Amino acid sequence: MIGLSAHLGSFHSHGRTSITDVTDELPTFAEIFETLTFQAGFNTNMVVLGTTLLGLAAGVVGVFALLRKRSLVADAISHATLPGICIAFLAAVVLGHEGRSIPILLTGATLSGIAGVLCIHAIVRCTRLHEDAAIGIVLSVFFGAGVVLLTYIQKNASAGSAGLDHFITGQAATMVTQDAVVMVSIAGVCLLLVVLLFKEFSLVCFNESFARATGWSVSLLDLIMMALVILVTVAGLQAVGLILVVAMLILPPVSARFWTDRLWLLVLLSGLIGASSGYLGSSVSALLPRKPAGAVIVLAAGVLFVISMLGAPARGVLASLVRRLSLNMRIASEHLLEAAYEQEGRPIPGDQIRGLARLRAWPLWTLPLMKLTLNRKGYLASVTAEGWRLTPAGLARGAQVSRNHRLWEQYLVSYADIAPSHVDWSVDQVEHVLTPELVAELEHELRMRGIEVGAS
Amino acid sequence: MTATVHSKPRRRQGEVVIARPEHSKESPLSVHAMTVAYNKKPVLWDVDYDAPANQLIAIVGPNGAGKSTFIKACLGLVPSASGQVEFWGDVYKRARPRIGYVPQRESVDWDFPVSALDVVCMGRYRKIGWCRPVTRKHKRAAIECLDRVGMASLAKRQISQLSGGQQQRVFLARALAQESDLYFMDEPFAGVDAATERAIVDVLRDLRASGKTVIVVHHDLQTVPEYFDHVILLNMRVVASGEVADVFTQENLQRTYGGRLTLLSEASEAIAQAASGRR
Repeated sequence: MIGLSAHLGSFHSHGRTSITDVTDELPTFAEIFETLTFQAGFNTNMVVLGTTLLGLAAGVVGVFALLRKRSLVADAISHATLPGICIAFLAAVVLGHEGRSIPILLTGATLSGIAGVLCIHAIVRCTRLHEDAAIGIVLSVFFGAGVVLLTYIQKNASAGSAGLDHFITGQAATMVTQDAVVMVSIAGVCLLLVVLLFKEFSLVCFNESFARATGWSVSLLDLIMMALVILVTVAGLQAVGLILVVAMLILPPVSARFWTDRLWLLVLLSGLIGASSGYLGSSVSALLPRKPAGAVIVLAAGVLFVISMLGAPARGVLASLVRRLSLNMRIASEHLLEAAYEQEGRPIPGDQIRGLARLRAWPLWTLPLMKLTLNRKGYLASVTAEGWRLTPAGLARGAQVSRNHRLWEQYLVSYADIAPSHVDWSVDQVEHVLTPELVAELEHELRMRGIEVGAS
Repeated sequence: MTATVHSKPRRRQGEVVIARPEHSKESPLSVHAMTVAYNKKPVLWDVDYDAPANQLIAIVGPNGAGKSTFIKACLGLVPSASGQVEFWGDVYKRARPRIGYVPQRESVDWDFPVSALDVVCMGRYRKIGWCRPVTRKHKRAAIECLDRVGMASLAKRQISQLSGGQQQRVFLARALAQESDLYFMDEPFAGVDAATERAIVDVLRDLRASGKTVIVVHHDLQTVPEYFDHVILLNMRVVASGEVADVFTQENLQRTYGGRLTLLSEASEAIAQAASGRR
């Protein structure tokens, strides 16, 4: 259905050159395809290219801001740029220049962003306030000052002031070739510095005191990192806006962190995730013109974050749920093995299993899962009307668990004075997780006290 | 070797500062009149110490006695309010390539995306220099250091997946990778398993056998005579220092760990209060 209309649509959407022509109807497949493959007209291409590169740079730089625990400083910086933008505008008008010149405005933004960082440092250094409070203060006071100035400009200045408020929520559609070129160079600088200073950055982020003790200039490295953060933030003002630009520095690295434990891979993935959010977000917003690009880009990054958080194999939420469930299943099935062993290998009747389930508070729906677990390990021989019958391997494991259980009980009884806090926590679980080394150590400890725990 | 027992502060206020004794070029660490304060609250007062070369030296003292601070001040990680520190008669900056450091294990976030090998390679970053990548040669050296602490098989393991003792051994291996002549170790024995404790002791003895000096913040009084040659008893000032056999006595320990607040800590408190304007 969709495919058919797409083929038809590709004819009459041909020749469309500007994103402003797009109506607010749902885009056809062909339009989506054109936008995503840079065929939707020059302006749209520039916007998509610019935001993709912004996402790439922010993703790469964001990794180190995150690892240095400075991500929120970026939020303070972005909010602190607003008064600078307004002052730069006023100064330019007073001096008789074109107030809306982007280089002038961004210079103002950079300077007041730097002033914001310096204020945070000063507050932390001279008072007992911590960095989080300092960030909150700088962010709100600077932004407040910016809003006051902006209101003043809009009331009093000439019509040339229109568009200053675009810096607050961003307007990617205003990006022109020049902006895309600037974005290319910013992304290039970020990538180059991160590649050159990869080991220095990682050392400072991991262990600052060791870095200093071995003679690295931590303040210089911090300065470079902060400069990159400011660069990306200011670059993102136009496209994403000062409220949301911090998301471009935080979301890609935290999403990437779910997928990998290797730093270089983290940087790579974070850059990729940032770039794809910029790419997808600006493409979608080009197709739906009333949707602000910045917000859609951040939403795209948010979607990628949720996917990573839930779906990543090692650190993801679902994976750890599965792991916990399978550990619980293992423990539950080992209780079964233990019970079977203690009744000398006779099959365990269904009543007894249900009784065990009540005793251990297993929900009944776990019984099939348990059966599966036992089967997979080759512990279950057959399930008949008589009950569950175990294989010799299953019974052997039961014997082992039963012995571990008694070893641990004996240990707790013998060492009740040193381990009282561990009794509640572990009595039901620990025998299932004892490693052979720990078992040997337990045996040794108990033997020292003249206690021998036999096979049965 | 002689044992020095400092029973009184050496100088009273107003007294002319005596020309400081010539520090020997042999002594790997000479500390003279070092005073350190955190937020205006002094934590170390007027510390004088000359470390003998090629010995294992323990710093012991109660919590808050300034043991870690002493190490950090020697390494320039916390500013000292006054005093001098020299290494082999030279200033810290020039001696730095010959000094290794093992920070406290708790001082870093172990959920950092690097492997044990990556961490050990950090010990060689200074040798590698700015902007250059870690070459295979340095990686091989790092693996050798991991091997010396019995961790070569876990080189690729992400550091959060190591036990506390293994993490401590990674830190030790990183210091070994620095190939230094003087080592500072901050509580390397804190909360480690028996295997790690043995591995650390073996490494310490190896280091001594190859002519190095090691200064260790240590919390377990029982093992001091077994593991160390020299000891510094520290409680805001140096209560006593010297060979373990001479200095590590019941009486000195009593004076170091004595129950009441010392006069010094009460004075520190008073200074901090005055500085914060509460008095």
